[in-house]
Amino acid sequence: MGVVIEQELGTVHGDEMILNIGPQHPSTHGVLRLKVHTDGEIITQITPYIGYLHRCFEKHCENLTYEQSIPYTDRCDYIGSMNNNFGYAVAVEQLMETKVPEKVEYMRVIVAEMNRIASHLLALGTFGLDVGAFTPFLYCFRDRERILDLFEMLCGARLLYNYIWIGGVSHDFPVGWVEKTYEFLDYFEPKINEYNDLLTYNKIFIERSADVGVIPADVAISYGVTGPNLRGSGVRWDLRKDDPYGIYDRFEFDIPIGTGAMGSVGDCWDRYYVRVRELEECVKIIRQALDALPRDGDVHAALPKKIRPKAGHVYSRTESPRGDLGYYIASDGSDIPSRIKMRSPAFTALSCLNEISRGWMISDVIAILGSLDIVLGEIDR
Amino acid sequence: MDFAGIIGIINAKFGEGFASIDEEVSADTVRLTPEQWGQLAPFLRKTPELFFDAMMCITGIDEGVESENLAVSYNLHSMKHNHKLEIYVSMPKSDPKVPSVEQIWRVADWFEREVYDMFGIEFEGHRDLRRILLPSDWDGFPLRKDYEFPETWHGIVINKMKEGWE
Repeated sequence: MGVVIEQELGTVHGDEMILNIGPQHPSTHGVLRLKVHTDGEIITQITPYIGYLHRCFEKHCENLTYEQSIPYTDRCDYIGSMNNNFGYAVAVEQLMETKVPEKVEYMRVIVAEMNRIASHLLALGTFGLDVGAFTPFLYCFRDRERILDLFEMLCGARLLYNYIWIGGVSHDFPVGWVEKTYEFLDYFEPKINEYNDLLTYNKIFIERSADVGVIPADVAISYGVTGPNLRGSGVRWDLRKDDPYGIYDRFEFDIPIGTGAMGSVGDCWDRYYVRVRELEECVKIIRQALDALPRDGDVHAALPKKIRPKAGHVYSRTESPRGDLGYYIASDGSDIPSRIKMRSPAFTALSCLNEISRGWMISDVIAILGSLDIVLGEIDR
Repeated sequence: MDFAGIIGIINAKFGEGFASIDEEVSADTVRLTPEQWGQLAPFLRKTPELFFDAMMCITGIDEGVESENLAVSYNLHSMKHNHKLEIYVSMPKSDPKVPSVEQIWRVADWFEREVYDMFGIEFEGHRDLRRILLPSDWDGFPLRKDYEFPETWHGIVINKMKEGWE
């Protein structure tokens, strides 16, 4: 390929350059290698190479019982572990056709939405970091730290919780946890404006992200882009509203979508801003769930000691912070699953990188990658 | 649209008995041969009443050591009509080939590469079929039930999986 430039002295043949980004590069959010073909500084093609963090999740699951797989799901998306536990538990319960106690349903929603806030805070902070704004990152982590402290009080772990189990949760909220969570919400709600002042309406940030890396709605659907990335493209689609699981149909909340306020619909700024607005919605859901939380009751459904779903299969999906998190579980009637497949939202979001980055500069690719909010643990499994 | 309605439209186009329902696998799954899937896929995407525009998941399945079959399961969803369909395509282990749908649903590009990587199922017509998660020079297809773990890879010793632990 290359370009041919006509000059006075004759014809100059430009050449294509291949640039390697990663696998150890802070902007790749983990171990991701990008082979970037550039023409000057304009990108002609990107080939992502993944698999550096492959830990054989699916093969392990075929050798473990249903309960033993839960800690492994934590380690796939280590930023939103509660949501991974939740998705897996919902899938197995659907396969077993069991119901969990009312109290557990509320507890699950509370911890999952808390985790969504923590995950979005990390996404916002590191996106700022990628495009050169260091300060907002520290503000985001200051507040994320409070959520992690609450989770530490809840189950002893800060990142990998193993909290939501099949048919229940590992144990009840400790004394004083609910009050502390209310306190956190009161503290956190005004802070969202602080992020807006610091980063969202920052002129330099808008210049870097608005109109960059636009994903049109039809391309997003065809590439299986889901979650905040899809909503950034203006598609009002959220599993919590459109295909509710658990008790999400009982809560009042909005689904923010990208409107192209700073550029065009589906650009990096829209994807970023959808996450900011979702923070407010998460707070709304948690407040409603805490208000309605039954005070007493068991936190485990009555299940047999060994879980043996009848032969069959199920595909169930839940809304994780990154999008549709699907589990395909096939059972042969024994206590060990015959196949577990995890459909991870970051995997499909990354697959459209080549499509949306062509024609942009190398520095824009870093912004696009940051706005997609990928977690490599989940992509490689 | 419900499952029976979807089956009705498919059978009206391709002839009665084309889409058979297999109660053994699941009540709402259509079981097809690879050739049938090749015919049906564009129809599912383009027909206005069905309009399956989102491919949710593609799962490779090994039906067990005794069975002679591998299978691919496709979970489809329509954003417009909000209905779902699962297609189950099985093929013999000796010659695992299935038509690629990568140009119909772009997300299938990476999903099919993953299934190829783990099960060795060839997707005919895929433009870039190579390993995705494993190194390109890996031997064998690990998620097959009869897979045997290599002892070393480029001089690195691979730990054996423990068996029979509670």
